[in-house]
Amino acid sequence: MKGLHKFLDEKIAPPFKEGGKLRKFWPMYDALETFAFVPGHTTHKGSHVRDGIDLKRTMFLVIVALIPCLLFGIYNIGFQYDAILTEAGRIDWLGEARHATWLEMFIYGAPMVLPMVIVSYAVGLGIEILFGIINGHSINEGFLVSGMLIPLVMPVDCPLWMVAVGTAFAVVIAKEVFGGTGMNILNVALTARAFMFFAYPTKMSGNNVWFHTGYSDSLTAAASPNVIDTYTGATPLGLLVDTPDGASISSVIANVGGGFDFSLWNSFMGFIPGSIGSTSVLMCLIGAAILIATGIGSWRIMAWAVVGGALMGGFFNYLGSLEAFADNLYLDIPWYHQLCLGGFAFGVVFMATDPVSAAQTTRGKMWYGLLIGILAILIRTANPAYPEGIMLAILFMNVMAPTIDHYVIEGNIKKRMKRAKLAIA
Amino acid sequence: MSRTIKIRKGADIRLVGAAENTLKESAACSVYAIKPTDFHGLIPKLLLKEGAEVKKGTPLFHDKQNPSIVFTSPVSGEVAEIVRGAKRKILEIRVLADTSNTAEVITKPSSMSSKEEVTNALLSSGLWPFIRQRPFSTIARPSDTPKAIFVSTFSSAPLAPDADFVMQGQEAAFKAGLSALSALSNGGKVELGVSSEGNWFNQFSADANITTYHGPHPTGNVGVQIHKTNPLNKGEVVWYCNAQDVVNIGKTLTTGELSVDRIVALVGSEVSSPAYFSTKVGSQVKTITTGNLKEGNSRIVSGDVLTGDKVNEDNFIGFYSEQITVVPEGDEPQFFLTEGWLAPGFNKFSLSKSFPTWISPKSKKFALNTNMNGEERKFVVTGQYEKVFPFDIYPVQLVKSIIVNDIDMMEKLGIYEVAPEDFALCEYACTSKINVQSIIREGLDTIMEEFK
Repeated sequence: MKGLHKFLDEKIAPPFKEGGKLRKFWPMYDALETFAFVPGHTTHKGSHVRDGIDLKRTMFLVIVALIPCLLFGIYNIGFQYDAILTEAGRIDWLGEARHATWLEMFIYGAPMVLPMVIVSYAVGLGIEILFGIINGHSINEGFLVSGMLIPLVMPVDCPLWMVAVGTAFAVVIAKEVFGGTGMNILNVALTARAFMFFAYPTKMSGNNVWFHTGYSDSLTAAASPNVIDTYTGATPLGLLVDTPDGASISSVIANVGGGFDFSLWNSFMGFIPGSIGSTSVLMCLIGAAILIATGIGSWRIMAWAVVGGALMGGFFNYLGSLEAFADNLYLDIPWYHQLCLGGFAFGVVFMATDPVSAAQTTRGKMWYGLLIGILAILIRTANPAYPEGIMLAILFMNVMAPTIDHYVIEGNIKKRMKRAKLAIA
Repeated sequence: MSRTIKIRKGADIRLVGAAENTLKESAACSVYAIKPTDFHGLIPKLLLKEGAEVKKGTPLFHDKQNPSIVFTSPVSGEVAEIVRGAKRKILEIRVLADTSNTAEVITKPSSMSSKEEVTNALLSSGLWPFIRQRPFSTIARPSDTPKAIFVSTFSSAPLAPDADFVMQGQEAAFKAGLSALSALSNGGKVELGVSSEGNWFNQFSADANITTYHGPHPTGNVGVQIHKTNPLNKGEVVWYCNAQDVVNIGKTLTTGELSVDRIVALVGSEVSSPAYFSTKVGSQVKTITTGNLKEGNSRIVSGDVLTGDKVNEDNFIGFYSEQITVVPEGDEPQFFLTEGWLAPGFNKFSLSKSFPTWISPKSKKFALNTNMNGEERKFVVTGQYEKVFPFDIYPVQLVKSIIVNDIDMMEKLGIYEVAPEDFALCEYACTSKINVQSIIREGLDTIMEEFK
């Protein structure tokens, strides 16, 4: 590999170096070179040896943790399509009277998801490089994770241009204007989603966006001979809003429609419609296990968010048992089921733990996580117009995190002041 | 009464090359040097010119701000060279040793309990600079009265010398040194910080307040011990001194002849047989390293690998250094898949759990090199500093307040209690490769300016 490095250094690098023709594009070259080779920079003063970890490895491990969610999300698109066919009474995958195999479901989903991933990375990294060139600083690795998160929180039918616009908005407005990676106040991927949620509500919420109902192009035409154009299917959270008075929660959950079953098991495993990567609690738990084992995600935030969500869910269960709230079905979803629905698990594991936008003090992380859990279930239940309460809860707590830290630190300062006074007295 | 304090936060960096318990004589040293740069914030004023004859204990220069603090020659001979750097800054005062072994006579204090006499003897002999102060980690000012004097008897830094081994046979001198120090704090007993793994120092339980510490690095840092037992508030001063220098103080004040003996551990993965060497303060690095290093491109550090100074064989051992650490240079680029950021990294020691080595047994040691292992980035990961920082202080917030130069906030967050060395592990662990120790030093300098 020394030869490769020598080749880069002698043949490719010169125009990018000081005085070279392409000097402006140095950040771009630098990003690629340091991707391939950790530079031979040595310490000068202070600690002469340094930890093996760097930001690239940290970010990469988060991506590894996201892979189960990505793979399952791709598979789930095919699975949901097969379920729609079944519900419509057409068991005819590839023209044969059978269900799709899991591999076929996966192959069905891939052409929907991978372009979104590519678009998100291309747009996001493009903007990062542009800002790197303008500001003359090297390119930080922060977007490696955001670029994967953004497609995973999109509905499957989201057009690519919308992914591009949302990504561009988030990278510029949520990150670069504050100074880039490490300086942002809001989680970048959630900002993208929130922007699209409010800017293009018809594509981001409602009953029509959570399924892919067939390809119309020749590429996969064989896979979807009967395009179901106008299939309407909601997420479980959406469904409950439209439920007529008098129905019971169990009947709603059990009888949504032939192909669907929002039972606790299915919502835990993820066989339900929803944003691409966020339906499966199991996959989120695998991701959480990776993040916690490697020490990259804060277990405190995750644990306290789950506690907060459970507390709030339990409280609503209690309200639901009261006479006065008898016809609000939302209150009747058991708290543990609440935690398995929607993007709660995904948000808690991958979004709330973003260290830049979360609380930074150890005690602050506890309050930050707890309040995210409480707010997510509160928003979702008290205002069902926003079924994805977790998104708003995390964004709100991103804004509040510095305030939480302020009070935690203030406590420490007061302790020190008190000690100083005692010493004088 | 001794008490025990357990410290959980921190980390031991497990390096290859700890010293064997053998004491060797260092090679004959012909040139010695005192480096004003070893004393942070000191402006030296020369007292002698090149070519002047000196005895052991003859003042070479003094502190411009406190002229009573003099720095004396560790040997008899002749001022060979005054090495200057940019802007004629004095870097080294070199003394060519002769064989006459003449020494200045130091007025012994008539009683070890007289603060004035002990102070004068320490100042005139040139031993005073061994006494440093917190805040700021600079040489103590003789006009202050410290609220306590601390001696951390052990270092918990990577490959640090074993205090019990180094102190063998120094009982009487150490005891004399302790009583001299307690005279300086108006009779208050010296606070002795002792490692739970050693027992040599426990014999002084009548002469000092002993506190036993148990825990990983930086437990041995005097700053941690001060914080845990008698934390420093704004306006207060604490003095501290290394155990080997307590011995020198004891010897000098009882014999009347300057003693600047030092046992230095030569350690690290690039040392062929790590051991202890008996030498003197200010001796040349090569008197210890020659013939003891492995082949290859390596870095010699005067001090421990977390806080020491980069030196070469012709340089001189730092005034306060008790070890020389030699580690490989890491100036080769690392391909990302084989040894870089995406490699499994079975040879990388990390305080994060992102390398498989975190499950390896504690007995496994690593040969780390000086590569940065990444490029400097903005703060991203949180909670890393807190894990290795046993103070009740918010390290990241303190660092940030220094970066934005908010003096009020630095004070509130406790900058008086810390020194750069206390942040050495934070600097090691930092994912964003931020040079935290330099930032802390900058913050302390800013505050020192305020006091001028």
